[in-house]
Amino acid sequence: MRTGDDMDPKRKQYFQEIKAQGLSEEREERIRRELVDTRSHEPEPVHPVTGSEFQPGPTRFYEYADLLFLQAMGYPSVSPTVCLGSLDELLERDKLREKDGLPRKIRVGRLIKPGQGGKDKIVVVPTTVEEKFIHDAVRPNEEEESAGGSGDGEEGEVIGEQPVRQPGGAGAGPGEGQGGPHEMESSAYDLGKILTEKFELPNLQDKGKKRSLTRYTYDMTDRNQGFGQFLDKKATLRKIVDTNLNLGRIPDVDDIDPTGFLISPGDRIYRILSKEKDYESQAMVFFLRDYSGSMMGKPTDLVVAQHVMIYSWLLYQYDKQVESRFILHDTEANEVKDFYTYYNSKVAGGTKVASAFKLVNEIVEKESLARDYNIYIFHGTDGDDWDSEGKESLPELETMLGYANRIGITIAEHGFGQTRSEVERYLLRSGLLADKPELIRMDIMQQDADESRLIEGIKTLIS
Amino acid sequence: MELIDQHAKKIMEGCKRRAWDAGLRFQEETLEYIVTNRDLIELSPKVMIPTLYDYWVHEVEVLKGKGKYELYPGNPYETVINTRPPISFYNDNNPDWLNVMIFYHVIGHIDFFQNNLYFRHTWDYDFTGQALSDKRLISKYRSEKGRQVDYIIEFGRAIDNLVGYHNTLSQLNQPASLTGSKRLDFYFDVFLQTHKKVRINDYVKEIERYNQNIRDYGELGEKTFFSEVDQKHPEFNAIFQKGLEKKPETRMDLMQFIMAHSEFLNKEENRWMKTVLEVIRNTSIFFQPQIRTKIMNEGWASYWHETLFMQDDRIQGHEVDFARVNANVTSMPRVGMNPYALGMRLFYYIEEMADKGKYSIEFKRLLDAHERKAYDKKTRIGRDFIFKVRENFNDFLFINTFVDQDFVTGYNLFVAGKRLNRSKMVWEYFVQSRKSEDYRDMVIDSLYHPPNIEVNSKKTVDRTLYLNHRFEGKPLVKDFIPNTMFGIEYLWGGPVKLETSEVAPSASLQGAYAVGGPGSQDPPEEPDIQWQRVLYTLENRKLSKRILYAIENQP
Repeated sequence: MRTGDDMDPKRKQYFQEIKAQGLSEEREERIRRELVDTRSHEPEPVHPVTGSEFQPGPTRFYEYADLLFLQAMGYPSVSPTVCLGSLDELLERDKLREKDGLPRKIRVGRLIKPGQGGKDKIVVVPTTVEEKFIHDAVRPNEEEESAGGSGDGEEGEVIGEQPVRQPGGAGAGPGEGQGGPHEMESSAYDLGKILTEKFELPNLQDKGKKRSLTRYTYDMTDRNQGFGQFLDKKATLRKIVDTNLNLGRIPDVDDIDPTGFLISPGDRIYRILSKEKDYESQAMVFFLRDYSGSMMGKPTDLVVAQHVMIYSWLLYQYDKQVESRFILHDTEANEVKDFYTYYNSKVAGGTKVASAFKLVNEIVEKESLARDYNIYIFHGTDGDDWDSEGKESLPELETMLGYANRIGITIAEHGFGQTRSEVERYLLRSGLLADKPELIRMDIMQQDADESRLIEGIKTLIS
Repeated sequence: MELIDQHAKKIMEGCKRRAWDAGLRFQEETLEYIVTNRDLIELSPKVMIPTLYDYWVHEVEVLKGKGKYELYPGNPYETVINTRPPISFYNDNNPDWLNVMIFYHVIGHIDFFQNNLYFRHTWDYDFTGQALSDKRLISKYRSEKGRQVDYIIEFGRAIDNLVGYHNTLSQLNQPASLTGSKRLDFYFDVFLQTHKKVRINDYVKEIERYNQNIRDYGELGEKTFFSEVDQKHPEFNAIFQKGLEKKPETRMDLMQFIMAHSEFLNKEENRWMKTVLEVIRNTSIFFQPQIRTKIMNEGWASYWHETLFMQDDRIQGHEVDFARVNANVTSMPRVGMNPYALGMRLFYYIEEMADKGKYSIEFKRLLDAHERKAYDKKTRIGRDFIFKVRENFNDFLFINTFVDQDFVTGYNLFVAGKRLNRSKMVWEYFVQSRKSEDYRDMVIDSLYHPPNIEVNSKKTVDRTLYLNHRFEGKPLVKDFIPNTMFGIEYLWGGPVKLETSEVAPSASLQGAYAVGGPGSQDPPEEPDIQWQRVLYTLENRKLSKRILYAIENQP
């Protein structure tokens, strides 16, 4: 056990303060665990694949195929743009399924492809599964599994070790350092492009100078005389009546005989395709993420994955016109410069949610953002907070509610121990969620949430 | 996709001649194509059959990981397909010596396809031709009926892993007709067993009496035998006549049953759906043997590419190149399952055992390890023996019959376990067992095995289809049950019930802290699993579940 000596002094001081207010034993133990956490938030350097690590072969006979192993052809690589070609069609088909009363089948997922030199690339692909009756494992979360092996070794002898999270390996999640900032950006743009759900920022208000938020939309709204794509019958009839009135062919407006109308070619009014551009108020989105020690593993994955989706959607749908700010916090909050750093910083340290809220309030005040911008705040946490009563967080949150158009809090639960996390408890007790449902939303996810659950969560947060 | 050039074709013809001389038997004409990466993108979703029907799922990235081969048993990167003539696919820039090796491998597969009895139903027609006409049929329907065709394909494919592949095979692989008459078969197979329920002792006595009659009276033996039967069981003749009138019951798989009895499908305007289902079913049955003979097929092909390559006079000077590629393909991984390596070693092992006459009662009775090792009857029938194995076995039988302790010990094999070391946060691979039974069980457990789900025709009443899942120690994937049943309800046109077994929810649910801190301990012992029999009912798109009874734990 480490002594208090190697603790971060600031963190230690904060701990002393809350301890003075009284703590339960179990709380203290949990806080201590984060307190002695000496890891840093540095994004991990990109690992070269060393090759010396123990790598088991495929564990299924059926993964071997002649073309891959005998002829060494390698899996054909499908570029995501090839997939995109047919994507519209697939999604259209999926919509029709819903109309026909069948469940949707296409899921848009992220696939992380291991690249060379440990650089992984996020590729976004539509996936589906054909459901059949098939056998399942008896214990679904079985950790132990067996495969064939050959060579020396006594029974019980350990013959190889493999890190649980391989550096740069397939499936590496956030907080593990991968790709470059630029790559991240373009992948996110792709993801936004094919997210099936079209979201909209809620509660947009007129503020400051307007800028175009949405993409162009095409509609049959412009009118054109004489030719066009779609005959506007009402407008045409009106024009004909107008013409005939001018020609004096309608002696009595109360008794019109349409059979005697003269129709000039210019009377026909058509609708033609037109480009529409919507100007809307500008918006700024704050992304807040708890990167304390307790966020290790799944909670971070989920929060970051959800924020990736929100960010991707903003990038694409608002055509990079929405500004984003990124804030990470443990017991202290920091603003980071780009989404890449936000995405990749590792977890460590203690938890003080109020620090992040406070920083947002400071930024908004200092830059007078509230006057010119619609402000959205998305906060991701595992619900753990040393400030268990929300004594510091709630006042900051109320300040935020004074200017924010929407605050979305995502809690990715660990699913152990107590029934409700601190953040959830003090939010509920404060009554803010019930009082101002238009301004603040909370989404609580379990550890096993999947992509569709994440999208569902986004809907909750911004609907 | 274009044919290989004349130079490569000439090499292939040379390989075929040498393989034929070595005893392999296959159709003389074959087609070889060069495939590019682009071709593969189109071919692999269609299981390398260029003419397979179009379906939107083929355009989508499908599920990865463990369940993949249960859902998609076809091999998307196969180098040779089981058609007439057989078609094989090659990389454009293979050097000649490598092509020689691959050609031999391909010929091994072709020989296997055309001689192994599990492929019997694919011998009499060319699947590419069949698939092409199916493809045209489906696109014709698609232009007439629109997207409903895709729904029928979807619902058909949802149950295409339950096709009666073994029923199809058993109809084709009838044993050579027995000498006995129908009367004799009926007497021994039905009358004594079902009607009289005689004890085994008496049954054997009756057989002996029959044999004695044949020995004593020759051709008149049977008549004499039955004259005594008539005295003993005067009712036999009447029962026999009645039995003749009754048609033998044909076992139908789920798809056949639905096609035969669904009111919905048999409406005049819906008949075309049955044609589509028939296409799905036939396609599925065509692919069934491939995944059930993976280890044998790859082992056989590897055995022959190695054997024939080393004898080939044309490749001198490339032995080292060959050794490198061959080792890459056929070496046993430290941990992992390699069908080439395992199958090839097992064929070598069987050949050696048979050469020494070790597949005999005499050898089986031998207990002394030293004597067992030295045993050699010099029968030299190994080659013939493995040809018979290639003809009559599938993966399950192959592993179950021939993997023994001598094999496991001889090739230094073991069952490798994988466990989480929480303090180091690493996966540890360790030697779990070197017992042949454990090794065999591990291999068998990893083989493709769809669930056994059949229609219970007795309980199928009031337009409600009753399906029974025969429990084999594994539950069904729960998430897939609703949509699969949904499809069946659509095709059946009425309520559907599914009886299956599931793990009963246990009382203690405890989680462990995800972070492996210094105080973390080993996970708690898993409690015993309690099974229960449940009945799913889908009626008007509403799914409900009822627990039927608890299943006693096996000791």
